[in-house]
Amino acid sequence: MAVPAISCKQVSKVWNPEGSSPLLAIDELSFEVPRGEFVVLLGPSGCGKSTLLYMIAGLLPVTSGTIECDKLLVTGPSSERGMIFQEASLFPWLTLSDNVTFGLGLQGRGPEYRRNAASKIMKKVGLGDMLDKRPDELSGGMRQRVAVARALAMRPTVLMMDEPFAALDVQTRAKMQDFLLQIWRDSGASIVLVTHSIDEAISLADRIIVFTSRPGRVKKIIPVDLERPRNSRDPAFHALQDELFDLMAEEVDRAFADQQLSETGSHSV
Amino acid sequence: MKSTDDVSANLATRSIDSSAPNSVASRVFKPKSSAKGLSGKMKHRIETAFWWILSISIFAGIWEFCWYIGWADPLLMPPPHIFLSNLSEQFKFFDRGNIVGSEQTGASFFGVLSVLLWTTMRVVAGLGIGFVLGVATGLLNRYNPIFGNLTLPTITLLAPISPVAWLPVAIFLFGIGNMPAIFMVFVAVYFIIVLATLNQIDSVPVSYIQVARIMGATKRQIYTRVILPSILPGLFMTLRLNLFAAWMVVLIAEAVGVGSGLGQIVMLARNTFNSSLVFFSMTLIGLLGFMLDQLLRIVQKRLLWWIDQEGRK
Repeated sequence: MAVPAISCKQVSKVWNPEGSSPLLAIDELSFEVPRGEFVVLLGPSGCGKSTLLYMIAGLLPVTSGTIECDKLLVTGPSSERGMIFQEASLFPWLTLSDNVTFGLGLQGRGPEYRRNAASKIMKKVGLGDMLDKRPDELSGGMRQRVAVARALAMRPTVLMMDEPFAALDVQTRAKMQDFLLQIWRDSGASIVLVTHSIDEAISLADRIIVFTSRPGRVKKIIPVDLERPRNSRDPAFHALQDELFDLMAEEVDRAFADQQLSETGSHSV
Repeated sequence: MKSTDDVSANLATRSIDSSAPNSVASRVFKPKSSAKGLSGKMKHRIETAFWWILSISIFAGIWEFCWYIGWADPLLMPPPHIFLSNLSEQFKFFDRGNIVGSEQTGASFFGVLSVLLWTTMRVVAGLGIGFVLGVATGLLNRYNPIFGNLTLPTITLLAPISPVAWLPVAIFLFGIGNMPAIFMVFVAVYFIIVLATLNQIDSVPVSYIQVARIMGATKRQIYTRVILPSILPGLFMTLRLNLFAAWMVVLIAEAVGVGSGLGQIVMLARNTFNSSLVFFSMTLIGLLGFMLDQLLRIVQKRLLWWIDQEGRK
């Protein structure tokens, strides 16, 4: 079997482990992302899916278990793994060209090399004539495209995305999903995308990993075998929507019940 | 009855019209500079100049009026037309030599200019050193927590001491000359800039730092390439707000411990009961302070090109 791009083995995360009220956010979670696959982590808010993504990125340490990328243990961030956040977070003091090649600058690449790289990548994301613009001259969707370009400039083998389109309006969002699929096909990178939108998950994923509410565990892994581009009017699409809706509803109900239980508990004490 | 109907009909059409491009409402709400280009900008400037002149004229006019009806004693509160009339008489107090209490025989404009330059030099030097060292201290505080723990309590304790209270220390340390004045300006900005730097560093968006870390930035690179540029705009604003404090401090320092400068002349005027000279030098102090602020504004615009100065989005 081929080496998976990402492999999580019994990963747990406890917030505030030494403190008075430690909180188990992720509980012995295991899964693999094969090379080149598009995986969506789907779950109710607060289930720890973003936390897991940050741990894969190396921005947060795991409490126990291991995360490996290409058989290498993750101990910190690496340019192999690109990440795109909910906000584009472009640096306002740099032009788009300099923003996109920020990482290349950190590696000590010269201005000419960076300029060439920027113009190539910006063409790829459809913003080839905007190299010298400032980030605040762009719309939200364009900014997010620049953020994608910035991640691609590092030639990552894995692209991680934390609700990247949540801040965009519905139309822009649909466009950005098409754009993302195209980028994914061109780059050949694996993508791990976190979302709480069922439709987004079905439109994009090869496989959907459904999370339980806190503490986060894998509830179910659902392969999506629909032809791309996917049509939301397709009956198979509907069937998946229903299945995922029920899975999510169970978890949201459970989270609410837990919350009420702990509230009445704290009242009686 | 008919006339009121006319008015309301008029209002109705006007409110409908307001969606049209040339209506009153759209003209009022349109940003002045962008739409009309240079002519709009020019118009805006003339308008600003008009209000400036009017405001100052009213102030001077009231003063002159008080003098005219005899409320303002020309010996104590000479109105502008008196203290601005005999310039050569005033100029002779402005010595080019940067020497304490000397009077120049051949009164000239260059004397005034050299005094202004000396004062400005002290302010600019103090501000510059205070800003650079303040930002450096602040950055180092966060970069190296041990250094931070060692220095921060002392800095926090020294910060609220008024620069004026440092005056004797300045003279003990540097004697009489330029240095004590520069030192006082430095004290006036340094501590404020250190504390502002810490504050700004703590409010740098976490996502900026995560983006840099994801792309493999080292701690040092994060400080030089992300934190420093993102805190500079706020710090420059702090510097500008504290320019006036620095400006006051330099006058006090000059009045007490330095050879020349505007502060020295105000002191001289007080000692010789020369009220015209007092108001003349006050005018210069005001003008120069204003010009320094404008200068800082230009520097800010050049240095921090990504910040829109007019708050336009």
